[in-house]
Amino acid sequence: MLDKRMSEEDVVAELRDGMTIGIGGWASRRKPMSLVRAIARSPLRGLTLVSYAGPDVGLLCALGKVKRVVFGFASLDSIPLEPQFRRARQQGLIEAEEYDEGMLQWGLYAAAIRLPFLPTRAGLGSDVMKLNPGLRTVRSPYVDDEELVAMPAIELDAALIHVNRADQGGNGQILGPDPFFDDLYCMAAKRRFMSCERVVNTSDLTHEGPVTTLTINRMMVDGVVAAPLGAHFTECPPDYGRDEAFQREYAATATDSALLQQFVERYVNTSHAEYRKAVQAR
Amino acid sequence: MSEVARHEYCVVALADTFRGDGEVLASPIGTLPAIAARLAKLSFEPGLLLTDGIATLLGEVPALGSADAISAEGYMPYRRVFDVVWSGRRHVVMGATQIDRYGNQNISALGDWQKPKTQLLGMRGAPGNTIHHPTSYFVPKHSRRVFVEKVDVVSGVGYDRARALGARSSRFHEIRRVVSNLGVFDFETADKSMRLASLHPGVTLENLLENTSFQLSVPAEVPVTRTPSTEELRLIREVIDPKGLGARELEG
Repeated sequence: MLDKRMSEEDVVAELRDGMTIGIGGWASRRKPMSLVRAIARSPLRGLTLVSYAGPDVGLLCALGKVKRVVFGFASLDSIPLEPQFRRARQQGLIEAEEYDEGMLQWGLYAAAIRLPFLPTRAGLGSDVMKLNPGLRTVRSPYVDDEELVAMPAIELDAALIHVNRADQGGNGQILGPDPFFDDLYCMAAKRRFMSCERVVNTSDLTHEGPVTTLTINRMMVDGVVAAPLGAHFTECPPDYGRDEAFQREYAATATDSALLQQFVERYVNTSHAEYRKAVQAR
Repeated sequence: MSEVARHEYCVVALADTFRGDGEVLASPIGTLPAIAARLAKLSFEPGLLLTDGIATLLGEVPALGSADAISAEGYMPYRRVFDVVWSGRRHVVMGATQIDRYGNQNISALGDWQKPKTQLLGMRGAPGNTIHHPTSYFVPKHSRRVFVEKVDVVSGVGYDRARALGARSSRFHEIRRVVSNLGVFDFETADKSMRLASLHPGVTLENLLENTSFQLSVPAEVPVTRTPSTEELRLIREVIDPKGLGARELEG
């Protein structure tokens, strides 16, 4: 089996300005934050992000990395609205491409199975149609003749996800209650990078959890990053819950540029190893 | 039982929106809708399915905010929720930052969407919910800023938009009811515009109309929202919400 282990910096070296990058997880849950911070401190610019958005999107917007966001919502869960995303939207700093959350899944799924689009009723009658003037409808070729939205494939240049356990070959294990759409992000992307709480031997994966938790496999992954606390401050059950105090500190950066600068110096412009030390010292 | 509080009228009005639903996924967003769905399940709609808000279908009805371990009757991660939405076996109670007389709802953005004055949550599942299965709304603070003539962004689809789609595309669309801290509203009018169904005790029609920006249909005789039964009050106060979290939603 190939050894696909690499560092956060190795992942960033594979990315280019202007790429479309999908980020797994959901709101403030199991986000690949060590990879996100590595992008945040890199010179990368002009990215299009596709996400069930949380602080991944917020932080990259705050640091000027983002040209466009493809989203259905942006939230920190316990803080309902993502503050840095709000700020970027309200100041007109980013372009928005907004869909119903089910349409977003459909777009990723279409890309994953190499279809140009998938039909759905979701979006009809809503302003999703007006706000995305490129969206088209199709008519059922069968007797019902029903008009449906043709949700286009959302093809990704790269996908970033974070899981609980993985082996060095890229088999990933999600031990928390919801795998979200991480497999679709990987399948929709040309280059796929997975961070994990712990790299284990393949033979140990089924000791960690039942085989049904092995929802990411090595066909879907190009790089594995060992990143304990890699989803912090978002939750990564059963390894850890959300760090609410830290999340509040992050949220406050949207109201005060000095706080953002301090946050970046302390937590972003540093290696993940140093970040972990800083978090554990709190 | 002591005097019935306003939020308890909201709870029974919200619970009544689930009447007749049978075995469907009840997805209440917010504290009072959550109390209401539990009340419906424990009294007249035992078939309802409820989640813990994460990925588990609850095997019993826990008290709100309880940390007790609860048995599960099923697995319902987001991907399955999305399938259930499109299958139609669901009734959602959503919030609305803005809602208009045809039940169009906005949770996306205030002002110009291109550069919003206020970025809200985003569409979330509102377009898909409203076109696929019954939807009700709960507004804890009824005001002219919420009940608007025209919403800035249509997230949830209202009856005028649904009608324009034609009978086939809109056949699963149903905005069942809107409950606010002042009253209950439905769309039982010829043009499917919003109608006052009942006023909560203590609310005057004048007060309601002052706080509503659009022309509301008002029946000649305005009913009063029904009073919760003694058993319903016991379930609300002792079983579902012993910590009294519900009252806070109206204060906020």
